[in-house]
Amino acid sequence: MRHIISILIENEAGALSRVAGLFSARGYNIESLTVAPTEDPSLSRMTILTSGSDDVLEQITKQLNKLVDVVKVVDLSEAAHVERELMLIKVRATGKDREEMKRMADIFRGRIIDVTESTYVIELTGASTKLDSFIAGLDAGLILETVRTGVCGIGRGDRILKV
Amino acid sequence: MMISGAEIVIRCLQEEKVDCVFGYPGGSVLHIYDALFKQDDVKHVLVRHEQAAVHAADAYSRSSQRVGVALVTSGPGVTNTVTGIATAYMDSIPMVVLCGQVPTQYIGQDAFQECDTVGITRPCVKHNFLVKDVKDLAITIKKAFHIAATGRPGPVVVDIPKDVTAQMCEFDYPKTIQMRSYNPVVKGHLGQIKKAVQMLQEAKRPIIYTGGGVILSDAADKLTQLAKKLDFPVTNTLMGLGGYPATDRQFVGMLGMHGTFEANNAMHYADVILAVGARFDDRVIGNPEHFSSEKRRVIHIDIDPSSISKRVKVDVPIVGNVADVLDEMLKLLDGGCKTDPEVADWWKQIDEWRGRKSLAYRQTNHIMPQYVVEKLYEVTGGDAFITSDVGQHQMFAAQYYKFDKPRRWINSGGLGTMGVGLPYGMGVLMANPDAQVACVTGEGSIQMCIQEMSTCKQYGLPVKIINLNNGMLGMVRQWQEMFYSKRYSQSYVTSLPDFVKLAEAYGHVGMRIEKPEDVEPALRKAFTEHKDDLVFMDFIIDPGANVFPMVAAGKGLTEMILAEEL
Repeated sequence: MRHIISILIENEAGALSRVAGLFSARGYNIESLTVAPTEDPSLSRMTILTSGSDDVLEQITKQLNKLVDVVKVVDLSEAAHVERELMLIKVRATGKDREEMKRMADIFRGRIIDVTESTYVIELTGASTKLDSFIAGLDAGLILETVRTGVCGIGRGDRILKV
Repeated sequence: MMISGAEIVIRCLQEEKVDCVFGYPGGSVLHIYDALFKQDDVKHVLVRHEQAAVHAADAYSRSSQRVGVALVTSGPGVTNTVTGIATAYMDSIPMVVLCGQVPTQYIGQDAFQECDTVGITRPCVKHNFLVKDVKDLAITIKKAFHIAATGRPGPVVVDIPKDVTAQMCEFDYPKTIQMRSYNPVVKGHLGQIKKAVQMLQEAKRPIIYTGGGVILSDAADKLTQLAKKLDFPVTNTLMGLGGYPATDRQFVGMLGMHGTFEANNAMHYADVILAVGARFDDRVIGNPEHFSSEKRRVIHIDIDPSSISKRVKVDVPIVGNVADVLDEMLKLLDGGCKTDPEVADWWKQIDEWRGRKSLAYRQTNHIMPQYVVEKLYEVTGGDAFITSDVGQHQMFAAQYYKFDKPRRWINSGGLGTMGVGLPYGMGVLMANPDAQVACVTGEGSIQMCIQEMSTCKQYGLPVKIINLNNGMLGMVRQWQEMFYSKRYSQSYVTSLPDFVKLAEAYGHVGMRIEKPEDVEPALRKAFTEHKDDLVFMDFIIDPGANVFPMVAAGKGLTEMILAEEL
């Protein structure tokens, strides 16, 4: 099962390596990981996309909570939440492909944020599946480079992760 | 008044009432050693290898209720401590390791004796710190002691660059510490405790299964009261020995891979297990599928939520400090304790299992290792601190020395570190200066930290080394005999030193004991005439002796190999 774990962690040197080290030492999966400071610069918010059985997920949250730097842990996918991922994709845009790329970006509500004679950089935000679909919809030979941030998510309504 | 970072380190240790640190000096900690020189409150034990400093600090902690402290230099000083830190981590031992580091401006430059201390130790510490500013030094050390000793205890490393120890700063040691990210649970949930007490009174085939958590939370008395009130059988893990008096009728022995027939059967066939500060590890329950084939209910008290339902599904989890939770249980049972009458039948069954006498062993013309431990028990009145290394001798000590008190059995349970025995003896003696201390070891293990005989001489630490010498790495040989068709690959130890001469070379007393009838007199001599000497007792034992009962790896708890079957 796919799970999105959100973590509030002290924004200190080495905090990321404690989390990453825990996952590798105990054999848990990290499919994606994003981290950045919150509105309170002493805290970072980390989002980890992982997968595993219920038992494994229980252990993951318990083990994360055990890390001294970790303030709070929540499994976002346990209840209503929204999730997004950002992708920057550089594509070849020449000849008839130039128009086609523009049209694909429009259909997926992407934005072209860099243009040269032969390339576009398209910015696309959405659920990971939407990003996957966009890539699948392109001629693979035209994709020059992709960068994805990994999933970040937030609980809906009153579900708030805060100190 | 402004004082140096080095003086701050020492002042912090004084504030924490640390009376002794184990360490080894080097370039990065010279300022700290200079500050240490100028005072008398904190003694220093100079070991011969940093690994021993950490083991000794670990045993200091295990045998007292205090946090052990080690002090080492950067680079190799730190890497030498890793085994010791990992050993303490696996057994949840509170310890603070202070490490020197190269000056901050050199960090990352591959400087002389530089290593990434925080990175190297991260997977085997409860937490670690790098102090980059002298203003953070005192509070970091305070945090280190706080984290080490609270919640599920563990080792904490503080990495201190040399320039930080030279910088000047006001000293202000905080009385208490608050950390928003670290608030371990202490009190158990009362609703869960009530449920547990109810379940215990309904049990027909109960067992109380306890581990190192009982020792660590100083809950042996409370556990004993609870077990007495319920009149239930008690088994201890290797780490839990001494948590319940081994000479008591209700004690069914250690369980697990080399547990007694009655303990393993009682554990397997119990309908209610009360697990206290134990973690159902692989050496305890054997094959988890086999273990879960029996229907039962499990109550689990542990301070670490991640220990609960990790390997065995738990019906009533209680997260909290063992002593506090047992206290609540006792209070509830004071209001009336009525156990199921069928427990009497369970006791009959257990006594039948006991009748198998699974720890009986055959005497040969040689000295049997079990016999040495039995005699050691008699000679020391069952009241010594027993440290051990890892292997057959460790199991013999655990099986045949009947520990009635907690913190008397000092061994590396989780990591299984050979070489701990002698430095453990040093740590115990520094914490308990007048105690009788015996290190039950083998000729393989003892050579892993044998250089510490020199430290023992310097500080007058009269460890009695009980070397069960079979000329082989006994436990490896036992497995090779049983599972590798007697192909004894690299399990012979040839070219052994003359241990008597070796002990004498270090200025100690050496004895070589080759006949069964000499065992007891030699032990008596060591503990009376040579009370204040380190005595290296080289017992030449039966090379064929094996540890039984045995649950082979991957087998179920009830699938034991017994000595009588061979």
